[in-house]
Amino acid sequence: MDEAADRVQDVEVSLLLEGVHQVYGYDFRDYADASIRRRLAHWLAESPFETLSQAQSQLLRDPQLFVSLLRGITVNVTEMFRDPPFFKTLRDQVVPFLKTYPFVKIWHAGCATGEEAYSLAIVLNEEGMAGRYRMYATDIDEAVIATAAEGVLRLSEMQKYTRNYQKSGGRASFADYYTARYDRAILAAELKSAVVFAPHNLTADAEFGEMHLVLCRNVMIYFKPALKERCLALFDASLAGGGFLCLGMKESLERRALATGYEELVPNMRIYRKRYV
Amino acid sequence: MSEVGLVTVGVSSGGLQALKLLLGSLPADFPLPLLIVQHLAPESGDGMARLLADCCAIRVKEADELERALPGSAYLAPANYHLLVQRDGLMTLATDGYVSFARPSIDVLFESAALALGPAVIGVVLTGANSDGARGLAAIKAAGGVAIVQDPADAEASAMPAAALAATAPDYLLPLAEIAATLQRLAQRGRGARHV
Repeated sequence: MDEAADRVQDVEVSLLLEGVHQVYGYDFRDYADASIRRRLAHWLAESPFETLSQAQSQLLRDPQLFVSLLRGITVNVTEMFRDPPFFKTLRDQVVPFLKTYPFVKIWHAGCATGEEAYSLAIVLNEEGMAGRYRMYATDIDEAVIATAAEGVLRLSEMQKYTRNYQKSGGRASFADYYTARYDRAILAAELKSAVVFAPHNLTADAEFGEMHLVLCRNVMIYFKPALKERCLALFDASLAGGGFLCLGMKESLERRALATGYEELVPNMRIYRKRYV
Repeated sequence: MSEVGLVTVGVSSGGLQALKLLLGSLPADFPLPLLIVQHLAPESGDGMARLLADCCAIRVKEADELERALPGSAYLAPANYHLLVQRDGLMTLATDGYVSFARPSIDVLFESAALALGPAVIGVVLTGANSDGARGLAAIKAAGGVAIVQDPADAEASAMPAAALAATAPDYLLPLAEIAATLQRLAQRGRGARHV
């Protein structure tokens, strides 16, 4: 691959993302280079097209084809109680604050297929907050949201989730939260009742009002710095004073515009509390 | 002649010993960054990076999000995250699903390096008991980069280097002890060409 071919590929990627934005309203222009290029390369390899510019003509005309691209370039991988120490800290050090409110509103941004939203519901219910919270779980991809709302997981994952749950300080038996049917695990209705799944596009849509807790873990790692800042500003505008912002374990508010308005609750857990000012 | 700007290394079982020897043999002024995927259990901390940092002249640390890959430094992928590199030399992390049954996955690092930096990449596959890295090494080769594979006979676990050999013809098939010197020669040759 020489410099010229390199340059052509750059042009193809940016033209395609520009076209997708204009035609479908999905804005991937501010997604981090490395992941988007790798994903586009994989999508292309599976497609009948040889180049992105060849694919572009059909992509911009055929919504079905675009959906396959969308699946290919948005992340929808998540698990229950990913990073058990984080969920343990949330349970032990954040929930006690949340319990001081009569009713708590939570925004889980970039919820993908919902595993973390349901994990959080388990924590809140076990800590006596059932009926006292509403969680808005959002994602850019409507099909993923529909999957999340079903609350049906692969049975084969349950062993791992059970281990994660136990390590995260779970107080009950994880098996109580699902019913096995064939190769699926159907999550209990009590976990779904307070969760509202809705589409939301972090690149374009507005904030949610007066949240006490905002989770956005391992979503912004796919964004360029400017889009990260946009998201953080959205979260900040959504959070009430004293509210909590939770990021992924390798994300940080360090060097970010709103760092000064927050204090880190526990070192290395990426849980930040908004100052009252 | 290939221009060289980045070394990517994939290693699995037997990795600690292998990395001690490889990284420990490089001088502090080694002119390229090294990006390393060592397969780890999901909740491992950065203990391995600390351990290696203590016994190497080059700097060794876990890669941070959007950190710049610097010469004379080795960056390990954090447990449970894929490590990728951008054209501008910044490293990024990803939580995509397992690739080749692994996260971090060697294939992901190698493919991203091949896509971003093409001929400026050296890919190294070391000891391991699976086949991660084979597809990625082929991608590095196809993009004009340099492929180095540890001789399976010399590896603590031979499956991974053997799979890499089956996937692509390497430029160098070497015992572990000779890889550091080869990297130095390649780095000298490409110095000043295309830094990341």
